[in-house]
Amino acid sequence: MSPLLNMLKKEIKELLTPGTILPIIIVTLIFGSIGNTMGNIEQEIQQKPMIALINEDSGIYAPVITSIFQNHSTIVFNSSSRSEKENAIETVKQNNGAAVLIIPENFSSNILSMKPGPIEVYWIVKGTGIMDAIPSASVEGLMYHAQRQISEILILQSNASSNATLVLNPVIEIDTTNIKGFEYPNISPGAIAQILSTQSTTTPIVMMMIIIIAGGMVISSMALEKENKTLETLLTIPVRRVSIITGKIAASAIVGLLLAVIYMFGIGYYMQSLTFDTGTGPTSFSLTLSTFDLLLVGISLFAALVAGLSLCMLLGTMAKNYKSAQTLTAPVTMLAIFPMILTMFTDFDTLPLALKTLVFAIPFSHPMMAQRALLFGDYTLVIGGIIYVSIFSIVVIGLVIWVFTTDRLLTGTVVGKKLARLKRKR
Amino acid sequence: MKTVEVTNFVKSYGKLEAVKGISFSIDKGEIFGLIGPNGAGKTTTLRVISTLLQITSGTIQVFGINVKQQPDQIRKLISYLPEDAGAYKNLTGRQYLQFIANFFTNDQPKQMVEKGIIIADLGDRIDDKVDTYSKGMKRRLLVGRALMNEPKLAILDEPTSGLDVRNAQEIRGIIKETAQNGTTILLSSHNMLEVEYLCDRISLISDGRIIVEGRPKDLKQRYHAENIEEVFMKVVQ
Ligand SMILES: Nc1ncnc2c1ncn2[C@@H]1O[C@H](COP(=O)(O)OP(=O)(O)OP(=O)(O)O)[C@@H](O)[C@H]1O
Ligand SMILES: [Mg+2]
Repeated sequence: MSPLLNMLKKEIKELLTPGTILPIIIVTLIFGSIGNTMGNIEQEIQQKPMIALINEDSGIYAPVITSIFQNHSTIVFNSSSRSEKENAIETVKQNNGAAVLIIPENFSSNILSMKPGPIEVYWIVKGTGIMDAIPSASVEGLMYHAQRQISEILILQSNASSNATLVLNPVIEIDTTNIKGFEYPNISPGAIAQILSTQSTTTPIVMMMIIIIAGGMVISSMALEKENKTLETLLTIPVRRVSIITGKIAASAIVGLLLAVIYMFGIGYYMQSLTFDTGTGPTSFSLTLSTFDLLLVGISLFAALVAGLSLCMLLGTMAKNYKSAQTLTAPVTMLAIFPMILTMFTDFDTLPLALKTLVFAIPFSHPMMAQRALLFGDYTLVIGGIIYVSIFSIVVIGLVIWVFTTDRLLTGTVVGKKLARLKRKR
Repeated sequence: MKTVEVTNFVKSYGKLEAVKGISFSIDKGEIFGLIGPNGAGKTTTLRVISTLLQITSGTIQVFGINVKQQPDQIRKLISYLPEDAGAYKNLTGRQYLQFIANFFTNDQPKQMVEKGIIIADLGDRIDDKVDTYSKGMKRRLLVGRALMNEPKLAILDEPTSGLDVRNAQEIRGIIKETAQNGTTILLSSHNMLEVEYLCDRISLISDGRIIVEGRPKDLKQRYHAENIEEVFMKVVQ
């Protein structure tokens, strides 16, 4: 058996104890429950959204809108006068509907005079959960579809003087969102969901958990070698330091990867349920990642895992025993939590340069950001991140190998000793 | 060529100089004993010869190979039994021996493991988890591990510490037999009877320096002592 394989086998035997398996089971259960929620969402999506329609426009473009909504939604209130708006809102609320659409009288005339036609949408959202965003997402899909049809008409009628911007965006949506009775002007439920959705929270949280669990394993495995006094024997056996180090990292990575695989299935399932198929023919609005994109997320995750584990290995060389190992996981936990919070509430692109640099420098940020970045086609960030994280890992592993060739591993760090001496002097 | 050749060897831990320039050499097939009070520098010396710690100054050669330059080569020839070692708790005694044997040989790990099991002499308990062993059982397993690969040089730091009289005697027998089969042995011990019985030559270190060195018989004569324990007391005061 090759030394690396031998090492790996022993490490996995040591790692797979109830204490290490339990967290994995917990993570799996979390996924299970996420999967369940998603199942319900799928049912919800299949229902037609309920809306109220107020059409003040008698021009040629309004029927495009009204016919789409007549076919693909349930209209619970219909009127041709804005004065009915309050009634419309009441009716939609009572029916648990999604929105009140108002087509103002200047809608068609605006488009005819090369200005975007306004549509006022009063959104009624029950809560901030992802489920609550589904009906409005369906309506949003229909709006997009309607806009596309008007574009097509404009393209068919086009002449040299047509305005490309207008042709592409003939409709301007004026949003007001009512969440749980509070009115937010000029923001769509989609934008709110973007901030609050579980999509932007689950990935970083799970990512953080994997890193903390697997990282804890590496540090503990080093600490246990010291506490159980097995390290000295191991280091005088004809096995290359690199094999010892990679064996430990690989074993934890395999266990960590086990989590990652569960996680990828989780995302796959989760993303699938976010496909908004409005059933309106050729246009369906998808938030799904392609297989290639999922692969990139997987690679990014794996690279970050190896980087994290190498870092933990470096910290593990400083551990004296199992107890001190627990303290040593703190810096890694912090490094995992920081980008988690940032990616949950902000977008990398909108960060100031200093924070951007910091987030990029932390290897764990990359898989957390990868998913959203790929949804918006930002391959540079994701692939650049993978390259950076790989280099980071190689450098850290090099450092670990160096520590293994010095006395530090067995006698404690020089820094630690100096601190101890200072304390004694005081 | 000497099996071990130590010249002006110094080892410092930061500012503390634990070994202050010692020289000795060991011939092939010899059993060489390091004795001395606690903190004298015995373990430190053994750890440096075993390639665990870096030498501060001086030179150490094992089979003519420099420990500083080619530690990997030396690891293939030696076996080190730390003074206070353990085994992986989640493995059984047999699995532990298998794990170690796999690093030494690709074709004959079974034979090596069998040899280790015979030396450890744990009976059925060899298939129990190491976690359930007593101190002495663990020690026997580790002695088995250290000698099963028939190393060219075995470095044993207090091989019989923690063993009862009968077990200790058995291990001494095994060590002597191993030396007769051509393995050179470097050991440290606090048991003067053991040292006298086992060692061809001994070196007494105190405070990082070698105070006396020689055959047990010669030392007893030189210090007009009944046994090595008396020699020890006279030299160390
Ligand atoms: N890791 C370490 N860091 C700092 N000093 C150390 C370290 N290990 C040993 N020493 C010091 O080096 C000196 C020699 O220690 P060593 O362990 O070699 O003694 P020893 O002869 O094996 O003693 P014992 O009979 O108690 O096993 C002691 O003063 C000890 O305090
Ligand atoms: Mg000692």
